[in-house]
Amino acid sequence: MFSRRTAARVAATLAGAAVFGGTLVGCGATGGGSGSTITLMAGGNDPVATKTANDFAAAFQKANPTIKVKVDTRPGGTEGDNLIKTRLSTGTMDDVFLYNSGSLFQALHPDSQLQPLTDEPWVKDISPDFKKTVSTPKGVYGAPWGTTFDGGIMYNKKVYAKLGLSVPTSWAQFISNSQKIKAAGITPVLQSFGDTWTSQLFVLADFANVSAKDPNWATDYTNNKAKYVNPPALAGFTHTEQIFKLGLMNKDFASLTNVNALKLLATGAAAQYPMITVAIGNVVQSNPAQVNDIGYFAMPTDSGEPHATIWEPGGAYIPKSTTGDKLVSAKKLVAFLNSPAGCEIQNKAQVPSGPYAISSCKLPANTPALVADELTYQNVKKTGLALEFVSPIKGPNLEKILIQVGSGITSGAAGAALYDNDVKAQAQQLGLKGW
Amino acid sequence: MPTSTANSATAIRAADVRVDASAPGKRRRIRSYYPTWFFIPAIALYVVFFAIPTFSSFYFSLTRWSLFDSTFIGFANFVQFFQNPQLYSSFVNTLIYAVITSGTKVVAGFFLALLLTGPVVGRGYLRAVVFFPVLISTIGVGIMFKSLLDPFHGMVNAVLGFFGLPEPGWFTDPHLALYTIAAVDVWKGVGIATLIFMAGIVAIPHEYFEAAKIDGAGGWKTLRQITIPLCRGATATVIILSLIGGLRSFEIIWVTTGGGPGFTSDVLASVIYKEYQAGFFGLSTAGNVVLFLLVTAIMVPLSYVLNRKQVEL
Repeated sequence: MFSRRTAARVAATLAGAAVFGGTLVGCGATGGGSGSTITLMAGGNDPVATKTANDFAAAFQKANPTIKVKVDTRPGGTEGDNLIKTRLSTGTMDDVFLYNSGSLFQALHPDSQLQPLTDEPWVKDISPDFKKTVSTPKGVYGAPWGTTFDGGIMYNKKVYAKLGLSVPTSWAQFISNSQKIKAAGITPVLQSFGDTWTSQLFVLADFANVSAKDPNWATDYTNNKAKYVNPPALAGFTHTEQIFKLGLMNKDFASLTNVNALKLLATGAAAQYPMITVAIGNVVQSNPAQVNDIGYFAMPTDSGEPHATIWEPGGAYIPKSTTGDKLVSAKKLVAFLNSPAGCEIQNKAQVPSGPYAISSCKLPANTPALVADELTYQNVKKTGLALEFVSPIKGPNLEKILIQVGSGITSGAAGAALYDNDVKAQAQQLGLKGW
Repeated sequence: MPTSTANSATAIRAADVRVDASAPGKRRRIRSYYPTWFFIPAIALYVVFFAIPTFSSFYFSLTRWSLFDSTFIGFANFVQFFQNPQLYSSFVNTLIYAVITSGTKVVAGFFLALLLTGPVVGRGYLRAVVFFPVLISTIGVGIMFKSLLDPFHGMVNAVLGFFGLPEPGWFTDPHLALYTIAAVDVWKGVGIATLIFMAGIVAIPHEYFEAAKIDGAGGWKTLRQITIPLCRGATATVIILSLIGGLRSFEIIWVTTGGGPGFTSDVLASVIYKEYQAGFFGLSTAGNVVLFLLVTAIMVPLSYVLNRKQVEL
């Protein structure tokens, strides 16, 4: 039996626990009530993402003095993906959050987790391509955030001019250019496996060429009918292999980082770098004087008719858990992003690396030179969306597999077969039919 | 964390020995000094933070789980986990890594302990130097070695290059990466092994050594006949701790190579983490269940064998 003293101790412990629990509940309940304060989750926690979000919050508060905006940050990459899914599934997401469009957006289960924005006035201004990447059959869920960007080859225009080279359209020309560059003592092709994601560009940026050749490829791929082991998609893998075999890469490819590779490209120590043009933002930071020495061309093809692969910008979304006054304020904030004042902040905070996905925002006069190169492909309509915007399947190990191919550990064909297998895991996890 | 595990393990072992020696068979009758309800908070914490997650992980390993919802799919995750093309190589890597690190820690730890318990100049300082790496965080060690061993800008290769020696890509050469990580792991963890061996050696009664000396035994014979056999308890502890550590090692591999280049230094734990990263939560939980079963299957019989020998002694 418990003694009286024991009982008193138990009571004291329970009381203590109750107070502790009460404190926790109290924490959870703060922030309710008036809709005059909303929270905005930045697109990451790096300086640019944080500053952009803070600038938006400040400008928005100036235009709407009754609404306060509190800025939150989040980690980038897969850590950020999992944080966002957790916050959404527990109903604790910020009132507006910035996140990827395309397959990552689809993985958020938008119909059950996000507020539809289909009837907002700005929806009519967004490009049809972007609209697809933030929509489900049930509605539109996001506003564009930032500019589009292209994948392909970033090259040093001064090196090209000095050696009298012209922009290649076929793969054979690209190889012959590269060999001339090598003979001149300059690194022909940069690879930077120190940042593993950069290994994927020969494959990812080639996708517009794949879909130009076979417009149904993405659909067939999603339905388990098209494979990377077969042409035309195989080219990305064999090209990665070939660059290694011909010795056209920088010596320190295994440890070089993206930022340092861009420095080599900007200074002319290297001539070509398979990259996404959004990386030009780093050059603006590290080598501002050389930004306009860098140009862009689409991934060359065997047939010699290259198409530029386009990545759509990320989106701004509102979670289902935001309702009432807060929803009204959150919608105002989302609309503000692409208003004239919002566009001005976007132009200042992030370096535009391609055209906007909404007609209400215009590029400033001082865009980097490579944006003009990107526009030439747009003007002649030789573009295509990246695979992640037209299919939900992206195997998690592509970057590692391409490092294997790009460092000569496996052949291009074997790498493609390995990736087809990797993709199977993703499709099964998504519960797609036919896998 | 390894520090506290090691300390508590030695503490438990010491306590066992004491109980065994003084009052064999009386262990069960030891009465608690505390009233039973005193244990309730500990039990509650144990249930909430250990038992429930463990058992729910067994359930979630049988589902396709997206954080938003979960669908029961039976053993499909396990089937898929075992079909992973990287599984075989990562499994082999795990075993290679665990055996290399554990073996080196036992041998190097023993000889360091021998040196540091003997009459050596600057003993206290040397002991501190050997134990120091244990105090640094694993991530810190990884980042430090990654920059020291960078093939082009690292200090080690700069020195090698100065003397005209080859400059290997320590973490970037597919044939070398796993062994480099194992070496770094040994550098970091050998201090614990040394500490345990030192405790074992110091605990051997001095009379044995004196008797051996009188009988005319040389250094080598003393080592083989007295020190090594009487250190068996310490040896068993070091083997068990370092083997468990090696089988589930992750942080240092993740920081230095991320399992790369390609998949050449992937171990089970990094494959599981990558599946978690990819959002395959059910699949990654299934992998964790497999890892748990693997570690148990290796460690339970091993610990039984090692401890039985200790009793026989």
